[in-house]
Amino acid sequence: MNIRHPLRVVAAVLAAAVLLLGVLIGMELSATALPPQTGDLPTADDATVARGAYLARAGNCVACHTARGGEPYAGGHPIRTPYGTLVGGNLTPDRETGLGNWSPQAFRRALHEGISRDGRLLYPAFPYAHTTRLSDADADALYAYLRSVPAVARANEPHDLRFPYNTPVALALWRLLNFEPGRQTEDATRSAEWNRGAYLTEGVAHCAACHSPRDALGGTGLALAGGLMPDGRWYAPSLLDPAEAGVQDWPASRISALLKNGSIDSATVMGPMAEVVFHGTSHLNDADLQAIATYLRELPVQPARRPDFEHADEGLMRLGGRVYEQHCADCHGAQGQGAPGAYLPLAGNRAVLAESAVNTIQAILSGGFSPATAGNPQPYGMPPFRTILSDTEVAAVASFIRQSWGNRAGPVSSLDVQRVR
Amino acid sequence: MFRCLLNLILGALLPTVAMAAGDPHRIPDNLAQRLQACTVCHGQEGRATNAGYFPRIAGKPAGYLYHQLLHFRDGRRNNAGMSFLLDHMSDAYLRDIAVHFAGLDLPYPPPLPPAAGPADLARGEQLVRQGDPARGLPACVACHGASMTGVTPAVPGLLGLPRDYLIGQLGAWQTGLRQAFAPDCMARIARAMAPQDISAVASWLAAQPVPVPAHPQAALPAPMPMECGLTPPARGGRP
Repeated sequence: MNIRHPLRVVAAVLAAAVLLLGVLIGMELSATALPPQTGDLPTADDATVARGAYLARAGNCVACHTARGGEPYAGGHPIRTPYGTLVGGNLTPDRETGLGNWSPQAFRRALHEGISRDGRLLYPAFPYAHTTRLSDADADALYAYLRSVPAVARANEPHDLRFPYNTPVALALWRLLNFEPGRQTEDATRSAEWNRGAYLTEGVAHCAACHSPRDALGGTGLALAGGLMPDGRWYAPSLLDPAEAGVQDWPASRISALLKNGSIDSATVMGPMAEVVFHGTSHLNDADLQAIATYLRELPVQPARRPDFEHADEGLMRLGGRVYEQHCADCHGAQGQGAPGAYLPLAGNRAVLAESAVNTIQAILSGGFSPATAGNPQPYGMPPFRTILSDTEVAAVASFIRQSWGNRAGPVSSLDVQRVR
Repeated sequence: MFRCLLNLILGALLPTVAMAAGDPHRIPDNLAQRLQACTVCHGQEGRATNAGYFPRIAGKPAGYLYHQLLHFRDGRRNNAGMSFLLDHMSDAYLRDIAVHFAGLDLPYPPPLPPAAGPADLARGEQLVRQGDPARGLPACVACHGASMTGVTPAVPGLLGLPRDYLIGQLGAWQTGLRQAFAPDCMARIARAMAPQDISAVASWLAAQPVPVPAHPQAALPAPMPMECGLTPPARGGRP
């Protein structure tokens, strides 16, 4: 027998690869439990707690870690993904059900390495691929803040994931492919403002967790290049493409105004981004908003690939025109010109023109208000047309606004509407 | 002559140019306009009729409306569409919305013909006006007022509502899908009602005209027969 037989070589390489993978997975799974926090911690000073509260705002931790109507940070918010439903955990200092037994070291390890106090790997719905960038001081400030909120006894619901995604091996594999621990490093060639913006955008506020494409295994593609939300019901537009949500050619003041107030004359935040502004960015100080704006303005421009323009069927356009005149024109104007301060223009509106029509369909079906913020305390609202318009009528009016007044975006089908409804 | 001609041409062109550029149209700066999102379902100015499913909201007590907005936003009432609309609203805006609709004083169309036979309607009227003391059911009017137009600040009127809506609410209270602040007296009452009671009460109420004016009463003549949670708990609200 020839030891150098090609099949044998292949088999040996394969065996070595499997072995190596096994070792790597084993290493991923080898984290140990950290001892519980016993005894009293030195009381954190008020400034540290306040900074932690501010960081929790910036990261919008409350949204995923609070059930609808529940006590803040006591957990229970379901996050629907293609792999099943994950549930945000209890972060209050309750010893039995929250983080009461967690030491500052255990909390840091969770933020930086995505490992629970007991050594289990955490699911990346908790955005540790981003919080890994937090400085130790900021991690400790967050910890101090979460120790200061009222302890709530509320047991965590188990996650409900399908096989094989519910196995530790799947999680270890995801981490091998997608997770690189490491603190944010300063870029000495850039301004302090840019560096602060990078830290907030890429780390604390974890914008790329939504605004990036995901592959079939939940890995992120090009950061901030836009992607469907995990539940498939909203599209987080690209921040690299000025034809989507890129703001490279906006003055910084408009960017911070949108993040602070939730609405400016030509744009408003909706759906999941309304949540981000309501709980998060509307509470940031002007210097941090300016820093985020600076960072976003200097992102590289990467236009998304667009399919060739396709005209909507004439009958669909006629029906869409009728629906528009009856239900939309009073507010958005006969020419899609909008009403400043109240209703967005639809002509030339990037949200309307995005290749994915998901957000336009959502806006028509679900309506919505921009978030109530200090700068826009009584926002104007759009009615939900879910019970009023059929799938065909929604498809028709969506196609009509995407292909009128100079707008050129692909037609929308009833099937597209049905998927979102 | 040339100038004249130029003016004529420009005059003819300008309106077209302005049109093409999209002349922004002006919108009233008031709550009625801001809340157009509500009136598509709840009827013009919030006066949904007793046909269909959507309840009227115009003229109900402000405290009641405010609490319902909190309930929808915070998950004590279940309607995905309502929760989505209210998700990113402050307590202050919800109160403004409640006060706006409570302040409307509108005429209502006559009710639809009753959807039940005379025996059911008689049973319904009896439960509304006298209750069923043997089964621990208080009269509706004991809390909602003799004219059934509600009592300020937080007890709703029962008239001008669709039969299907009334049945839906009592059913939701039975199953816990609709909740009020504790102690939740309506949950106790709904659970003591048989399905035919609910149908009878809803049929009779939906067949009554809304009186003019339909203001809620300022106070009840006697204490409520049950303890009811009419104010939000001290904690909660938006962090």
